[in-house]
Amino acid sequence: MLLLCSCPLLHAQKPEIIKMSQVAAWDLADNDTLYVLNFWATWCKPCVAEMPFFDQVQREMKDQKVKVIFISMDFRNEYDKRLVPFVNRKNFDSKIVLLDEPKYNDWIDKVSTEWSGAIPATLIVQHSKAIRSFHEGEFTYETLKTKIESLLNQ
Amino acid sequence: MKKITSVLSLVILALFFAYNYAQAQVVDSDMIGKEAPAFSLKNIDGKMVSLDNFKSSKGAIVIFTCNHCPYSKMYEDRIVALDGKFKGQGYPVVAINPNDPATYAEDSFENMKKRAKKKGFTFPYIVDETQTIAKAYGATRTPHVYLLENSNGKFIVRYVGAIDDNPQDEKAVTTKFLEDAIAKLGAGQAPDPSHVKAVGCGIKWKATAAN
Repeated sequence: MLLLCSCPLLHAQKPEIIKMSQVAAWDLADNDTLYVLNFWATWCKPCVAEMPFFDQVQREMKDQKVKVIFISMDFRNEYDKRLVPFVNRKNFDSKIVLLDEPKYNDWIDKVSTEWSGAIPATLIVQHSKAIRSFHEGEFTYETLKTKIESLLNQ
Repeated sequence: MKKITSVLSLVILALFFAYNYAQAQVVDSDMIGKEAPAFSLKNIDGKMVSLDNFKSSKGAIVIFTCNHCPYSKMYEDRIVALDGKFKGQGYPVVAINPNDPATYAEDSFENMKKRAKKKGFTFPYIVDETQTIAKAYGATRTPHVYLLENSNGKFIVRYVGAIDDNPQDEKAVTTKFLEDAIAKLGAGQAPDPSHVKAVGCGIKWKATAAN
């Protein structure tokens, strides 16, 4: 019975590894969910600093069909060494995935032609309501919440 | 009186334009075809390095990069290889670190010396302490490359952006944007593309600097 204890290690989260087609699926989803797609990496200080704000908004707005997804641009070969420990240490409510698309120039313009390629960057999108808002740079809790609320009221 | 007023209005107009000019941010791709901003920056050996040092070269490969950034690290060996391959062909590498070491101590001048020694840099690794050169070039990320062509003593920007199409895995690279651009110059043609978005870490600007 002791083996069934809720040891943290047994519950270690393993972020899903996705391709750009999955990002496109969220981008073009024909449903009533507002997707908040945040591009980040474990080694990017400003990204890590703003993540708790996104997670807080996710918790506060979980009944409003708002879905925050942290899309990691960590390197694939550092998945076990960096990303998995980070995810388990932070224990965010929001979904975290690794985007395994090393040829950035093939896809960053599909997220937004305005995107210079620096992170953090965030795409807030609800295809069915023609909402699509891209932001390069950091958010604070207030600016993020205000942005999402204004988009929901569009 | 009328004369004074018109002189005064000219001064005000000049100030207005100066203000706007100072506010205008240089965009990297706007540099293509233009003369590269001159610089004189301190190298890790303590000597100043400027574009004048490369007067006898066909051009230069100017790369804004740094120590701490994972993308920069991924490219270190490739940058050493680029210098090895192209210095002899007239396009030496010049690496410029524009980062504020207050953000990452790893980017300090002392650590630049250590990193260059460890990785066996064969090219100048100079520091843009005031960050004015990075701004003048419109550089925003590390690594961020500018291929310059020496045109009768003037260095003209011919290609801007990424080194190749795969930072994480050199073996999986299929397009070497920078090398292709150099080959085009060698053939007397304009690089195509002349601009490819450089994905990397944002340059760490000083807190007091407007950006």
